[in-house]
Amino acid sequence: MSTLPLLKVNDVSKFYGSRIGCRNVSFELYPGEVLAIVGESGSGKTTLLSCLSTRLMPTSGIVEYHMRDGQYRDLARMGEAERRFLMRTDWGFVHQNPAEGLRMTVSAGANVGERLMAVGDRHYGNIRATASDWLERVEIGVDRIDDQPRAFSGGMRQRLQIARNLVTSPRLVFMDEPTGGLDVSVQARLLDLVRGLVHDLGLAAIIVTHDLAVARLLSHRMMVMKDGAVIEQGLTDRVLDDPREPYTQLLVSSILQV
Amino acid sequence: MNDLATYNFAYLDEQTKRMIRRAILKAIAIPGYQVPFASREMPMPYGWGTGGVQVTASILGPKDVLKVIDQGADDTTNAVSIRAFFQKVANVAVTTRTKEATIIQTRHRIPEEKLTEGQILVYQVPIPEPLRFLEPRETETRKMHALEEYGLMHVKLYEDIARNGHIATTYAYPVKVEGRYVMDPSPTPKFDNPKMHMSEALQLFGAGREKRIYAVPPYTDVVSLDFDDHPFEIQSFDKPCALCGAEDVYLDEVILDDKGGRMFVCSDTDHCEDRRACGHAGHMLAHQEAAE
Amino acid sequence: MATPLVVSEVAKSFTMHLRDGVRRPVVANVSFSVKAGECVVLGGPSGVGKSSILKMLYGNYGVDEGQILMDHDGKLVNLATAEPRTVLEVRRTTLGYVSQFLRVVPRVSALDIVAEPLQARGTPLEEARAHAAELLSKLNLPRELWSLPPATFSGGEQQRVNIARGFITDHKILLLDEPTASLDAKNRAVVVEMIAEKKAKGTALIGIFHDEEVRDAVADRILDVSLFSPRKAAA
Ligand SMILES: Nc1ncnc2c1ncn2[C@@H]1O[C@H](COP(=O)(O)OP(=O)(O)OP(=O)(O)O)[C@@H](O)[C@H]1O
Ligand SMILES: Nc1ncnc2c1ncn2[C@@H]1O[C@H](COP(=O)(O)OP(=O)(O)OP(=O)(O)O)[C@@H](O)[C@H]1O
Ligand SMILES: [Mg+2]
Ligand SMILES: [Mg+2]
Ligand SMILES: [Zn+2]
Repeated sequence: MSTLPLLKVNDVSKFYGSRIGCRNVSFELYPGEVLAIVGESGSGKTTLLSCLSTRLMPTSGIVEYHMRDGQYRDLARMGEAERRFLMRTDWGFVHQNPAEGLRMTVSAGANVGERLMAVGDRHYGNIRATASDWLERVEIGVDRIDDQPRAFSGGMRQRLQIARNLVTSPRLVFMDEPTGGLDVSVQARLLDLVRGLVHDLGLAAIIVTHDLAVARLLSHRMMVMKDGAVIEQGLTDRVLDDPREPYTQLLVSSILQV
Repeated sequence: MNDLATYNFAYLDEQTKRMIRRAILKAIAIPGYQVPFASREMPMPYGWGTGGVQVTASILGPKDVLKVIDQGADDTTNAVSIRAFFQKVANVAVTTRTKEATIIQTRHRIPEEKLTEGQILVYQVPIPEPLRFLEPRETETRKMHALEEYGLMHVKLYEDIARNGHIATTYAYPVKVEGRYVMDPSPTPKFDNPKMHMSEALQLFGAGREKRIYAVPPYTDVVSLDFDDHPFEIQSFDKPCALCGAEDVYLDEVILDDKGGRMFVCSDTDHCEDRRACGHAGHMLAHQEAAE
Repeated sequence: MATPLVVSEVAKSFTMHLRDGVRRPVVANVSFSVKAGECVVLGGPSGVGKSSILKMLYGNYGVDEGQILMDHDGKLVNLATAEPRTVLEVRRTTLGYVSQFLRVVPRVSALDIVAEPLQARGTPLEEARAHAAELLSKLNLPRELWSLPPATFSGGEQQRVNIARGFITDHKILLLDEPTASLDAKNRAVVVEMIAEKKAKGTALIGIFHDEEVRDAVADRILDVSLFSPRKAAA
């Protein structure tokens, strides 16, 4: 395990006018580390994730990323071209609603292949072979490679979205409620898949979820947010088994068993 | 009739022409880049090539010789009307002969005759944005051009191969201009794409409804996008032109009767006539002569 | 180091915010050390804080005060204050834990659950599985269960998977929270034998065993946790 953090987050706040999105968030994420962000609706999870992934500019604070060349770069100061390149090569973003993360009108194969083509892959046969390979890994039948995700179930779409994101071997993946809207058995399968992939590929991931069981299963560390602030953070099993803050205790006690 | 041309040469007022010329100059300076311009109402519907007409009107001078083609032919309604329009409003000389023309306005074809230095080819373009197919948001496509994010073009070609086993796109086949901008060559058949590459003539593209002008200056690299294992190929035709016997030209199918009779002839009517005048004859002509 | 674990003046209380902020002190001034090859058994009545101590040692419960020093790859780590990723690394290479109940992971076979800690340390999958199979057969888990996820296993079957998982690595420190509670006599004997093997290899063990027979068989020393009761400590 490398000893240098992949992401350094320093005092990040985001205000929507006078409304607080998130405030004074600081942490470091290391390669291979999975961080879960939990908290009630409106607590600022998505806002924070957006600030980290440069989908939103923080009002204040700095987010630095450890580039492949070994340098730390302030994401806010990075040129748009470079940032977008980073986003489609070194990062992944898995949306709660797969329609936001997929191209619904092109085939599953092209959805997976797009990132490869974007980085200059120009061999149809190879692109297709890689796409088949990834469909297999996310348990989508290779015979569905030419189908559009419109014809896929919610769970399949979500798995396709994951394949599409992981095909360029990113080092960091952001996920916003990746299992939201899926029924329980489908969720379990998806979680299992994500768990395996994260483990096998040594991915670092930041996962927003309101489901503590998801956090328990997938994450090493968790942060609990309330009213825009991180009120408690630590090792996932420590936070869940020995919650300190009143709100965390409430959160944990309101779940049957995690 | 002369009065109309002297009153306001080539229909557009000078102010508008200047604005369009500025857009054209910018387009020439940035090959393949779509320059927005304030498209004017023209006395014809959009589908009739108002973009091309505005470009032509802005570059036309009294000494120019104008040729207008539609699908390669000088004698279709669209070509005839536009030619008549400029005769009326600019009183310029017109021709059907590629060689003689200084400006050629076209819809769907590039003449078979190699264009030469000093000639200008004006394309009528319906949809200038090659990325539109997969990305409907204009803000996003502009950004993609700006950042040279063209992976999506290959997604389109990938889909084509996945569906058809080969790249089935035959018209409006995307090209990369001077190694930078991806451009839609308007609905010309991909057969004509190689003619755009290193052309001696200036190529101007006008999209009236979408208010865009773009250009390929003379001697510019124009490369058709493809895959290593599915390289770009132009259409080939089994038989030569039935009238002039030309090979390596783009052919149109012509229905001869209601019994399924048909023949394939040059889509470029001027080229075909030229060859026939030089004594070339395809099998249909040979038949006719034999019959006479 | 001959003493891989030193616990010094550790205190733990719970503040129950959902119950008007009642503060429940559990233990205070917990100090002891465990030598390599030694098995220390935590004793005392139910609710005295035995499991809480083990959980603090594992980093699973927070520590209010004091130090938990471990020899981790030749470095001294204070688990009471360590960063989460350090705790995880210590767990991966130095510190094992057999909890009272198996926490099942959906869709992962019993064999792979057992093999996982070895794999996480870089042992090739097949080798890790072979080792896992060895342990499972030693613990008499019916072979036809190996490839199934343990969610549907009986309590005793699940616990044997849990024990195998905890024993598969050669971690220097091993925590055992009533590992034999749901086992029959035959399998209890197997566990006793496995603990003896660990001791022989120099593992430092800290365990909780209600079963006297097992306790007597494995314990080098019994530590009465009532000694650490906060009232006593205050007195
Ligand atoms: N674009 C916006 N404009 C104004 N306020 C916003 C905007 N986006 C979010 N907010 C507000 O910021 C706060 C945090 O919202 P955010 O979406 O980050 O919450 P969340 O934790 O992701 O909630 P959920 O679990 O419901 O998705 C909320 O009060 C929300 O109303
Ligand atoms: N997560 C927790 N939150 C609140 N209180 C707790 C928590 N864990 C343990 N306690 C309390 O701490 C005290 C000690 O519990 P612990 O489980 O350590 O006892 P034990 O000695 O292991 O008992 P047993 O022999 O019954 O297993 C008990 O009063 C228990 O209720
Ligand atoms: Mg949200
Ligand atoms: Mg206990
Ligand atoms: Zn001909």
